[in-house]
Amino acid sequence: MEAGEQLPDLKVTPDRYLTVRYAGASGDFNPIHIDDEFARSVGLPGRILHGLWTMAQVARAQTEAAGGPERLKRLSVQFRGMGVPEEEVVVTSTVREVSDGVALIDAEARQGDTRIVRRGEAEVDCS
Amino acid sequence: MSRSNEAVGRVFPAVGYAVGREKIREYANAVGERNPLHTDLDAARAAGHDDLVAPPMFAVVYTSPAIGPAMLDPGVGIDFARMVHGAQEFSWGPLVVAGDEIATVVEVADIRERGGMGFYVFESRSDNQRGERVSTGTWTCIVRGD
Repeated sequence: MEAGEQLPDLKVTPDRYLTVRYAGASGDFNPIHIDDEFARSVGLPGRILHGLWTMAQVARAQTEAAGGPERLKRLSVQFRGMGVPEEEVVVTSTVREVSDGVALIDAEARQGDTRIVRRGEAEVDCS
Repeated sequence: MSRSNEAVGRVFPAVGYAVGREKIREYANAVGERNPLHTDLDAARAAGHDDLVAPPMFAVVYTSPAIGPAMLDPGVGIDFARMVHGAQEFSWGPLVVAGDEIATVVEVADIRERGGMGFYVFESRSDNQRGERVSTGTWTCIVRGD
């Protein structure tokens, strides 16, 4: 990895029931993620994606580019916008700098024009 | 709107989590992991691991029984109806594998008001059965004003 390098985009389309499976897998059963009626009653367009699922996609973009889970040392993100099922999520990642075998990477996740994760910053062992 | 700072610095007792092989598979499938280290026991062992390897973001799963009660604690005082998950950070140490026993403590790191919103920051520190720090998490919850 070198500064300015763009890592491969990660593209994934969460299916209609993804949020239900992720709720079970993660233990986060907040009804805004699994119940359309409830979500609309609190002013949302419908069920929304878990932010931490989207963060896991940002993490996966780094570990797939770097060659394994042990390579990811740190990841911070801010959650913005709202992710929704059945629309493609695209994670983009750009190497900001490399020093002492560690790459600092800027990343974000979008659905169309909506940024759902911004200011992602990863430290990846690329030694 | 006032925010109590009395909870800042409070450390909740450690909560244990036993990492299960099928839980790793379930999580890995839910987040779309394609690396066989997370789902194929033979591949994980061939790579020198004792069992299936948890993806880094599995930290969410083993910290959940510790972070949940801290966020819900009345002394912290988060209004859940107005809360959104604002930001998240993890730093990782050694990999977690099925069979590990993880202990997590959560500390209330900061409570502050900014721009009419409340920012509640928690730090989680998770150690494995050998006392190695497998992850540190910073959880930022934002509570909208009235």
